[in-house]
Amino acid sequence: MSTIAAISTPVGTGGISVIRISGENSLKIAGEIFEPVSTRLAPEEMEGYTCAYGKIVSDGEYYDDCVLTVFKSPRSYTGENIAEISCHGGIFVTESILQLIYSKGAVPAGPGEFTKRAFLNGKTDLIRAEAVMDVISAQGKASSRCAAALRQGALFTRINAVSVKLIHLLGEIGAWVDYPEEDIPEVDSGAMLETLGTAAQELEMILSTYDCGKIIREGVDTAIVGKPNVGKSTLMNLLSGCERSIVTDIAGTTRDIVEESVRLGDIVLRLSDTAGIRATEDVVESFGVKKAGEKIETAELILAVFDNSAALTPEDIEIADKCAGKNAVAVINKTDREPALDTDYIESRFSRTVYISAVKGEGLQQLQEVLTDLFKTDSIDYNAGVLANERQRSCVRNSLNALRESMDAIKQGYTLDAVNIIIDEAENYLLELTGEKASEAVVNEVFSHFCVGK
Amino acid sequence: MSYYIDEYDVAVIGAGHAGVEAALASARLGAKTALFTISLDCIANMPCNPSIGGTAKGHLVREIDALGGEMGKAADKCYIQSRMLNRGKGPAVHSLRVQADRVKYHNHMKHICESQPNLDVKQAEVTEVRTENGRVSSIVTRLGGEYRVKAAIIATGTYLKGVIHVGEVSYESGPDATLPANYLSESLRSLGIEIRRFKTGTPSRVHKRSINFDALEKQDGDEDIQPFSFETDRYSMKNQVSCYVAYTNEETHKVIRDNIGRSPIYSGRINAIGPRYCPSIEDKIMRFADRERHQLFIEPMGLDTDEYYLQGMSSSLPEDVQIAFLHTIKGLEQVEIMRNAYAIEYDCCNPLDLKHTLEFKKVKGLYGAGQFNGTSGYEEAAAQGLVAGINAARGVQGLEEITLPRSSSYIGTLIDDLVIKGCSDPYRMMTSRSEYRLLLRQDNADERLTPLGHEIGLISDERYAAFLEKQEQIKAEIHRMKKTTVSPSAELNAMLEEKGTAPIATGVRYADLIRRPQISYDDLAPFDPERKPLSYEVREQVGLKIEYDGYIARQLMEVEHVQKLEEKKLPVDFDYNNIKGLSLEATEKLNRIQPGNIGQASRISGVSPADVSVLIIWLSQQK
Repeated sequence: MSTIAAISTPVGTGGISVIRISGENSLKIAGEIFEPVSTRLAPEEMEGYTCAYGKIVSDGEYYDDCVLTVFKSPRSYTGENIAEISCHGGIFVTESILQLIYSKGAVPAGPGEFTKRAFLNGKTDLIRAEAVMDVISAQGKASSRCAAALRQGALFTRINAVSVKLIHLLGEIGAWVDYPEEDIPEVDSGAMLETLGTAAQELEMILSTYDCGKIIREGVDTAIVGKPNVGKSTLMNLLSGCERSIVTDIAGTTRDIVEESVRLGDIVLRLSDTAGIRATEDVVESFGVKKAGEKIETAELILAVFDNSAALTPEDIEIADKCAGKNAVAVINKTDREPALDTDYIESRFSRTVYISAVKGEGLQQLQEVLTDLFKTDSIDYNAGVLANERQRSCVRNSLNALRESMDAIKQGYTLDAVNIIIDEAENYLLELTGEKASEAVVNEVFSHFCVGK
Repeated sequence: MSYYIDEYDVAVIGAGHAGVEAALASARLGAKTALFTISLDCIANMPCNPSIGGTAKGHLVREIDALGGEMGKAADKCYIQSRMLNRGKGPAVHSLRVQADRVKYHNHMKHICESQPNLDVKQAEVTEVRTENGRVSSIVTRLGGEYRVKAAIIATGTYLKGVIHVGEVSYESGPDATLPANYLSESLRSLGIEIRRFKTGTPSRVHKRSINFDALEKQDGDEDIQPFSFETDRYSMKNQVSCYVAYTNEETHKVIRDNIGRSPIYSGRINAIGPRYCPSIEDKIMRFADRERHQLFIEPMGLDTDEYYLQGMSSSLPEDVQIAFLHTIKGLEQVEIMRNAYAIEYDCCNPLDLKHTLEFKKVKGLYGAGQFNGTSGYEEAAAQGLVAGINAARGVQGLEEITLPRSSSYIGTLIDDLVIKGCSDPYRMMTSRSEYRLLLRQDNADERLTPLGHEIGLISDERYAAFLEKQEQIKAEIHRMKKTTVSPSAELNAMLEEKGTAPIATGVRYADLIRRPQISYDDLAPFDPERKPLSYEVREQVGLKIEYDGYIARQLMEVEHVQKLEEKKLPVDFDYNNIKGLSLEATEKLNRIQPGNIGQASRISGVSPADVSVLIIWLSQQK
């Protein structure tokens, strides 16, 4: 079994973050990055249930002071050797250390994987299992939401392009191997090396432009929603401090999603100003409205804007309904005008409501407090987005390693069958993103692209 | 109206490649067995290609042999040409394929069945399977004869409600002008079994004297023939015939395109699902319009006949169109058709209704095997027949049934694919379908399956002893290769450089040199004075196991990982709505398929890793 690692505490503004590493190599990995201050014992030599104070250092670079706690198999949560690193909270530091741990050979833990291992090693009791099942189920939904979001992204498109290329190559190999008597062009090692080389290069580029700091800076994926002309763009401009969206009094002037990252206190919000939710016949705008609907489904935080000066409309109710069960804050705008809105209804539908006047710039402080509060309570699965990205990154890296190995194997003169299974492996890592398996994808490729059969 | 005739432990319905293996295995394991066929003259008939083996299929035949089945031995007795395909593409995809004498194969298998103690062979159409308390209790023939049985294996191939199509003409028929089995489907349906409709096809057979062989490319068999069976002496084998290659051309394609409206498929008269891997010539031309030519193989049907088979030219176009397009092919300008090509539609089950033992989930003692389960190919059929036969006999005897994991064999992969993923068109085995290709080589089928075959009683003690001896020799020689050092010498370095690899300056272990892809075990013989004479089979294993060491270890790790999940058993007949947290799609699929363990569940499409985690946690609560 692989050695897995993840941040076990809520990511965010807490004082201390705990990174847990579990598996056969956990203590060895800890040993490679941890320099104890007072003890001379390496983590592997430490007793179970003991801690050591020290520094996280790698290649001469200092990361953070921390306390390392060691649990020895079978006396640990998972039943495996566990190293827990308690470091200083901040998202960036914690993530950097986690990256470092991955680079030493650990892989990101899947949803509920620590508990899964605990179960496999006979460690879980019933009550805990019950609780964890709820969490996993929730995370499953969150991550599928995340996957839906990723699928729209440019990164996914790039990874997918590589995946398609590999499937095509595997299809060629498959057809050539499974139909030796047909007129199938021979797969020669030169062409294979070229395809694999291009794929590896592309994956390298994806990895190099995709550092963790960027994910952290990308922050909470936030959607500002509301019916047309309720003041969404004004709010966005207020938050970002500059004019981004076209703001007019004519309903429906924001035609597409405009994105912007802003820092509100400790929290980075990645804002999307969506076209108002309103039945429309205008083609361009209806495209925007459709995207807005999708955005509500995938966002990690929704700011639902309502007009204080207008009576509640069916569109408002629809928005409130769509926000049910999600991390949503009701923002009642235009407090500078004569109130006409049924605010009791809004307050009854949202756990948090904020009153602002976006035009006058009032209420921003209040919004910040609510968000900080929301963030600290950790009801946002902030981790899900990062985790999903991290898994994606890890898939890409594993795939790249396998590709390099397959090229080595070809150069050394290994036969196609051996090379083939490593390319399978490379492809399977990429397909993990969509939950497919290479063998099926390859069989389908063979049948759709080659004319084979008796 | 029916009348009692006799009673058996196991009845096998259908005596094709699945039925024969099922009946032989069942009888050999001590179950009193009856094999029913519509025509005794069609036992183990090859109504399509007169060949056994091929890519992945050759692997299946070796595995059938390793487990104690008959197909490999019969093929070794009745082959007329043998070739190892894919030489040069790596040992994992080497595949043995032979041309077989169709009539001889039938006669041979028929006689094997006739001489098998515990087995009665009967010509009768079975029309009904009766049950008592959800268990098979008897079967009834068209004439009304009732046989009390404890288990029944359905291996009806393409006979079940068979309908043949040739152009505008269609009629009820089994394959090769036999009677169709028109009644059994209804009886199965009444037992709650889903019946589907698949189709397949076969090309025409032509007369030897009408072929202009001078215009064709000749294709001969291998010099050093390898047998399918562990029990066959490899040095006794030789080729007796040649095959030929021809090509379609633009004119052939034009004839077909001009008449495509007369195809029962293109005109919409057949709705059944055909195999993707075995398209008719008209399918190939319509789907791959840019191809200038398609290859066809002209293969003899046997030594005592002048019939030749046209591999690659399966068609359901009208007879006059068949004649016209064949005559456009170089070498076949005057060709005389003896049997025309046709498409055949038939009833089959949905394999999702089956367990890994090939028993139906809903009816105890009822098993399915072969084309009836949605596959295609003699080898796929025989593999399932063997497993169904073993399990029917063991079930009757109160023994634990066997299931083969994916990592054990192509047979296991085939069955797992069928019962976990199902199939939407006739399923053909391919090496691409196995994620453990490098472990499941045709050369090590005995290592993977013979211990099991011996344990259940299909492999004789004598053969098992020979097998153990071989394994012992392999182990000892690998050990010697890994421990013994060879010193550099001018001769050795000359050989190394000649093979395109670096010379050595200090002593190295033999294994280190064998690991170089350029160097084989046999290459080192002149530099290894201690070497004892070993059989080809042993030398092959020693070389492969050393050279592919790292890759094999990698696959074994994956197997171990999956194994853990396979050990987590899921309940039978369970309503997955009772588990909260599963996605809707997963709940629906799990309810339909009822996987036996977490590993199987994880292979169902639509069951996500999060769903798998939920299942694992839920399981822990059930303790």
